[in-house]
Amino acid sequence: MARTVIPFGPQHPVLPEPIHLKLELEDEKVIGVMPVIGYVHRGIEKAAELNTFRQNINLMDRICGICSFIHSLTYCQGIESLIGVEVPARARFLRVFWSELSRAHSHLLWLGLLADAMGFESLFMQCWRAREMVLDISEMTAGHRIIQASCTIGGVRRDMDEEMVREVEKRLIALRQLVDSSIHGVFLHDPTIRQRTAGKGVLSKDQAEVLGAVGHVARASGVAVDMRQTGYAAYGELGFEPVVETGCDSHARVVVRTRELYQSIDLMRRSLTAMPDGRILIRVDGYPVGETVSRCEQPRGEVIYYLKGNGTNHLERLKIRTPTFANIPPLLAMMPGCELADAPVIALSIDPCISCTER
Amino acid sequence: MPWMLPTILRNLLSRPVTRRYPFDDVREPFAGYKGRIDFDADRCDLCGDCARVCPSLAIEVTLESRQITYDPFKCIYCATCVEICLPRAIGQDRRYTKPALSKGVETIEVPV
Repeated sequence: MARTVIPFGPQHPVLPEPIHLKLELEDEKVIGVMPVIGYVHRGIEKAAELNTFRQNINLMDRICGICSFIHSLTYCQGIESLIGVEVPARARFLRVFWSELSRAHSHLLWLGLLADAMGFESLFMQCWRAREMVLDISEMTAGHRIIQASCTIGGVRRDMDEEMVREVEKRLIALRQLVDSSIHGVFLHDPTIRQRTAGKGVLSKDQAEVLGAVGHVARASGVAVDMRQTGYAAYGELGFEPVVETGCDSHARVVVRTRELYQSIDLMRRSLTAMPDGRILIRVDGYPVGETVSRCEQPRGEVIYYLKGNGTNHLERLKIRTPTFANIPPLLAMMPGCELADAPVIALSIDPCISCTER
Repeated sequence: MPWMLPTILRNLLSRPVTRRYPFDDVREPFAGYKGRIDFDADRCDLCGDCARVCPSLAIEVTLESRQITYDPFKCIYCATCVEICLPRAIGQDRRYTKPALSKGVETIEVPV
């Protein structure tokens, strides 16, 4: 049978960011995929060498609009380990709170986009309505809706008083009720969602391990890998178990993310309850010397920062490996054998963040 | 679709969640919102700490001419300058920064 090559992206209605996939087809069946990246490269790693290491905190915030807090957190943890600083306990709990707030924001955004990709507009609107509640909490606690700029070297920049904690608790309960009443059940049981996702984009456990899948892609294939298990920030004190599903398909990825949404709301409430009194920031003197690797769990998976300091105000090297970059090889293994009509939903099921990938 | 139907019906019969911007007013920003940067020239001692810590190099302090130059289009509203200013000469209120037709810098003269 004659083979056709169809370009998917870089401009496509389901893609929020530009990635180009060359789909090789036999009739309507995808038999091969070739990714092309490089459309939003911004030279951030080079800029990080030219900026001072303190200016970089705000630059790291801007690598990605969705996981911005966790980018700056990973960077700050790396610098703190190079300088040898112990972060105050209250700051560590606040870092968990904002990390989980970013995760709830990202998961709701992605669930909405996935519903939109399969033409389910009303569910998309409902997810983004819930996301708006998360953004309100972000604005109330950190001062900005998306790029919070609340993490810094030695702690965090904003504290929360008791009145604000009570207000946030109230809003988190309302968010949970909204997710319960109109989002969770639909993603789990609705026949439209099941037909478009169940059995589509299958990635076996062995493939996930061999290809180095991270985040929800790995966890939906039964691999219990989550950087929060390492206990960074205050995850060690709060106790954490990763959400794992064994369905191995796009539906399992949806289920992992809806369950993680509940887990994030729960972690936020527990971190606010367990947060001790005390300082949120300590003074940090000195310059980073030596090299280190800092790892955190972003909404999309594990992010790795390699930092090399030479005792000056500027870093010698900063290398960032983002989760979407690690999840592109698994995507290429998921696609062959699928129908062309399923390609957009499978591509979106890894939650591709191209701004992160290309930096 | 059947699982979504109750929500659709509920939304159909209830008031809209969104506001009809620009016909309706937007909600007030929260108390801690990082909005417009304001300089209080009377309190400023021209130490230049704000210009040193600004991550986007939006502030320049010239000691000779006793002037502060602030570029709101470079500013990322991170509030680092507000936190560092010892004489509390930099304030940040919760007004949203509005879009503008032309770009320009603000010059603040500091009295002797």
